[in-house]
Amino acid sequence: MTEPGTASGVTEGTGTPVVSLSHVGKAYTSAAGTRVALADITFDVARGEFACVVGPSGAGKTTLLRCLAGLMPPTSGEALFEGAPLRSVPDGIGVVFQDYGRSLFPWLTVTRNVDLPLRVRGVRRDERARRVAEVLASVGLADTGRQYPWQLSGGMQQRVAIARALAYRPDLLLMDEPFASVDAQTRFELEDLILRVREEFGVTVVFVTHDIDEAIYLADRVVVLSRSPGVVTEIVDVTLPRPRDQIATKADEAFARYREHILGLVMSRS
Amino acid sequence: MWSAGSKSLYFPPLESIVKALWTQWVTGPARAEFASSLEHLAVGYAIAAALGIGFGAALWSLRYAREATSPYLYFLYVLPAPVLVPAALTLFGIGFTMKVVLIAFAAMWPTLLNTLDGMRGVDAVKLDTSKVLGLPRWRNLLQVVLPAAGPQIVAGLRNSLQVAIILMVVSEWEASTDGIGYYIVNAQQSFDYVGMWSGIIVLAIIGIVANLLFVVAENRALHWYYGARAVEGVSR
Repeated sequence: MTEPGTASGVTEGTGTPVVSLSHVGKAYTSAAGTRVALADITFDVARGEFACVVGPSGAGKTTLLRCLAGLMPPTSGEALFEGAPLRSVPDGIGVVFQDYGRSLFPWLTVTRNVDLPLRVRGVRRDERARRVAEVLASVGLADTGRQYPWQLSGGMQQRVAIARALAYRPDLLLMDEPFASVDAQTRFELEDLILRVREEFGVTVVFVTHDIDEAIYLADRVVVLSRSPGVVTEIVDVTLPRPRDQIATKADEAFARYREHILGLVMSRS
Repeated sequence: MWSAGSKSLYFPPLESIVKALWTQWVTGPARAEFASSLEHLAVGYAIAAALGIGFGAALWSLRYAREATSPYLYFLYVLPAPVLVPAALTLFGIGFTMKVVLIAFAAMWPTLLNTLDGMRGVDAVKLDTSKVLGLPRWRNLLQVVLPAAGPQIVAGLRNSLQVAIILMVVSEWEASTDGIGYYIVNAQQSFDYVGMWSGIIVLAIIGIVANLLFVVAENRALHWYYGARAVEGVSR
């Protein structure tokens, strides 16, 4: 294995991995029969690492993320978060869903959306106000606190969701195709934003996407899933230098080689 | 107007009805009937709203209770509420309690069923988000499920209000010694058709004002919902 790309300000993997999956499988049983969504998934994510999961649609990416979040138990194998089995959603995990319109609470202002997880954790009022302001500033939304999410553009709404997931300083941030519903330009901005905040907050990231360019651009490692039922085809170390740049990084010859390799893996029918 | 200058005994001229409105309902003895009707309505409706939302939420959170009770719920729901008047009379006699119980019981159903239905329809992504953010059960219910079901709960409350007004009148004219319903029946039986029509107009005014107040409260409680819908409408 080659050296993972080192990011300044992020402590690299020592000790227990943040995420550890061994032979994780998930089958849905219904009256119509059993459907295998994940067959056999094994990989670890080290502290501070940025891991992307790519695969064709139907590869069980979202199922994998839900297992990782503790939202549903795998039917076989074991999923560990910081060494402990995932039974429910642990306090140290933040999740950003694809559809911000469905995951933000439209009856709460931006501030109160971001504040809610802090309230739940019993953080004192002045500390909460400080942290909400800090995290909103980090995602570039310093002046929108009193607005409602639906008064903002799609890209800004997804920033609110990111801020809310980071407000309680999780160790692990899970993102399920978070930029799939915004336009290309906004998407590039949000990609750079997430690279910046993960260094600022020192958070480990698992990022699910179907976009291979996005995965290579962001990741230290890309986990490639096969077509359904999901198994890991290959784990690709991405050693492109950091900080990454939308133009320079994507023009790099190495970037093209990664793309060719991963696209080949995704397209191949195994 | 329809009865201007009318000589008919049954359709007295509007002028005399309006005069009766003033002499009876504003300055006269019918003020007491007006006050006691409003009291029955307010107390009965408040109890209906609280029980409807409370039982609806309880049934939502207890799946087994929901499955066990749903045939009974349906039976009680389809029962036309006025047929309960004799039963209520036997149980509670004539008086304040009987009327309030009857209004509360009959008006509870639309809110209860809409609450249950609204809560069952809450987007799964919102429930996942709630879990991810670490909301305990009670916070999930009060801060996510309840507001998410808000628009449907409010629709239920609106139907409940109509039912409550109907039951207010019905309970007063069946067996009662006070209230607008009692006044109307009493006037009709003593051939005071002017008084009867004035009572009917008072009821219409109560209905209009109650609905206006409801709309004001609704717009305050659901401003986020109408705001978000307006934005969607523009962008699509």
